Amino acid sequence: MNFNDTPAEAAFRAEVRAWIDANAPRHLHDALASSTFGGLNTGGEDPITAAKAWQKKKAEAGYACLLWPTEYGGRGASPIESVIWGQEEGVYGKLGGLFIIGQGMCGPTLMAYGSEEHKRRYLPKLASGEEVWCQLFSEPHGGSDLAGLRTRAEKDGDDWVINGQKIWTSGAQHSDYGILITRTDPTVAKHKGLTMFFLDMRSPGVDIRPIKQVNGQSGFNEVYFDNVRIPDAQRLGGVGEGWRVSLTTLMNERMAIGGGIPTGVPELLELVRDLAVQGGPAVDDAAVRSKLADWYAKAAGLRNTASRAISALSKGDIPGPENSIGKLVAGGLMQDVAKFGMDLQGFGAVLTDPAIAEGAARFQAMLLRSPAVRIEGGTDQVLRNIIGERVLGLPDDMRADKGVPFNEIPTGN
Amino acid sequence: MDFDFSEEERLVQEQTARFLRDRCDMAAVRRVLDGEQVYASDVWQGVAELGLAGTAIAEAYGGVEAGHLSLCLVAQEMGAHVAPVPFSSSVYLAAEALSLFGSDAQKSRWLPQIAAGEVIGTVAVNETLSQPTADNITCAVTAGGLSGSKLAVADGGIAHLALVLARGEDGLDMRLVELAGKGVQRAAVDTVDPTRNTATLSFDGADSELLGDAGQGWAQLQRLYDRAAVLFAFEQVGGAQAALDMAVGYAQERFAFGRPIGSFQALKHMMADMYVALKLAESNCYYAAWALASDAPELPLAAATARVSATQAYQLCSRDNIQVHGGMGFTWEFDCHLYYRRSNYLALQLGGLSVWENKLVDALARAA
Repeated sequence: MNFNDTPAEAAFRAEVRAWIDANAPRHLHDALASSTFGGLNTGGEDPITAAKAWQKKKAEAGYACLLWPTEYGGRGASPIESVIWGQEEGVYGKLGGLFIIGQGMCGPTLMAYGSEEHKRRYLPKLASGEEVWCQLFSEPHGGSDLAGLRTRAEKDGDDWVINGQKIWTSGAQHSDYGILITRTDPTVAKHKGLTMFFLDMRSPGVDIRPIKQVNGQSGFNEVYFDNVRIPDAQRLGGVGEGWRVSLTTLMNERMAIGGGIPTGVPELLELVRDLAVQGGPAVDDAAVRSKLADWYAKAAGLRNTASRAISALSKGDIPGPENSIGKLVAGGLMQDVAKFGMDLQGFGAVLTDPAIAEGAARFQAMLLRSPAVRIEGGTDQVLRNIIGERVLGLPDDMRADKGVPFNEIPTGN
Repeated sequence: MDFDFSEEERLVQEQTARFLRDRCDMAAVRRVLDGEQVYASDVWQGVAELGLAGTAIAEAYGGVEAGHLSLCLVAQEMGAHVAPVPFSSSVYLAAEALSLFGSDAQKSRWLPQIAAGEVIGTVAVNETLSQPTADNITCAVTAGGLSGSKLAVADGGIAHLALVLARGEDGLDMRLVELAGKGVQRAAVDTVDPTRNTATLSFDGADSELLGDAGQGWAQLQRLYDRAAVLFAFEQVGGAQAALDMAVGYAQERFAFGRPIGSFQALKHMMADMYVALKLAESNCYYAAWALASDAPELPLAAATARVSATQAYQLCSRDNIQVHGGMGFTWEFDCHLYYRRSNYLALQLGGLSVWENKLVDALARAA
């Protein structure tokens, strides 16, 4: 048991570190470091421009999408090299948020189901950040029950005609392309009538409307489809095979999001070091100490669980199922931590002006963004089902819609 | 990075698991629970024959010298099987204390016998119904010998040797006491976990000798506890896993409302939360094992972190294992209570959750 790099890993780390030292946008460092949860601070520079510039530079040097084959714009690197890159990229990695969905989920799906021609056309530009992709999955009637989606695709000559609505589409307003799951046959069981496509987000009939969120930002969108035409050549997988294709995407989603998700615990530790409560240092207060210990132990547990996954990758193994707990623990933890961090500051903690509030209003940002962590990419409840059924081997829930043709499933309205 | 146990260490674990599966099933645990045996002496003999008590003891002192990483995995199996033997007292506490603080003569005299299982050691600290502190220990050593009493001593009724915290001329000392000697009385006491022997020890002019430095007893105890906490945490994680496995097994087979009860989300989510607590604790234990084996400066923080999360995990898993079983979980006949009892006994043995939460924050403040 040790925490040292192998010689090959150490050499790769040194190479990466030197390149980042020489090429990273250092003028953005402090702004990026002070970004609060759910917000990207690029110090007044346009965040999209800054993100694309860094991504392009990385791609030119072979540091974009490290796991992808070189012919598709990647590096053909090993999983452990990809982890080392992430550790060394550090604060500049925050610039990659714009590309997470596209590179983390759409890319692997295209890689698995796209034609060779499509892969060569689209993947390199996705890797270099020249083109941004989004994932059009969730619907008003298909969230946790994704396979309950209703957006229709109907064949018309060599095209498919799309009508319906998607929701919670991250970054749709910045995207050039998207992968889209649709219903092509409502007369069979819900999982069997789905088909996956990709499309140009500027196609006629696509209407993107940003959603104003609880925290005032608009990372998510509604996307409406009104007779949008998609060539059959842009189908990913067979007709009726969309569910299987979507599992490829979602598997990558959980890997991507569960990785190094923030908890707020380091920020709380920093806060209590300098803060006074009841006339003494906060860190000496019994109530504070008990919560700190509990939360520190949880955050450490996540960090050490991630180390186990990295160790497995380093040996060429697949990380164990314990890796599935990350987002479930981190989401609720951050919500508790944010609330307590504000509690300790008194009524003044209701202020959200970053010029006045502690740490540029970092706890307030966590308070208002953390509810989404417990929903996006699999709700806490869906994740508990997954742990219960796939990790512990507990029996499936009884499903009222099992084997029932989609158009006969009760909808309640 | 190699953040895992080696094949050799896993072999030691597998060997321990195989032995305990064969020789220490729940029937063996129940023989102690029901008072047929004071402890599972036959299991203890087998443990000794396999050399497990000497896992981390130096070869020069009769041990196997397989290292503390191996000992962590042995501890995990002891916990998983709710072994009714004095392994933690003798190995994580007495042997560790002797190795850390003993003179060469003391180590030569005691460690080979502890490694061979011929001598059982323990630590005697608590005197009252409050948490022990450096100020409330009243046992004292004078020219007339050691006097005073220790209220709750794990394995105190079967141990040959106790490390007793007592007041000397320079403050608190750690004293070695042979319990068969004059001036020592023991009385068995009932506890929440009858599968572990526990006794009150009384000293009246007993013979004792200093272990380590005079006046350094409290500091030595804290150092010892930082190391032992890692091993206790592995026992707790082993027990938590066993309790979770029992809950999952029952929920797969037990039917109600025409379906297996594990298909109900109310129970499925409860067991998912047990799994989460267990995995957080297990990963913290891995890190603490590294800190223990490499004697890293991170040990106090790593040990407290592992201890806090392992105590939480075992208490949660043993409690909710009963809940999954419903009324049958509250019967003497079902084994659920064995985990519940042990989880609460282990939680308090080195000081409870509140004590370790405080230690954790102290270590954090020092690390800052």
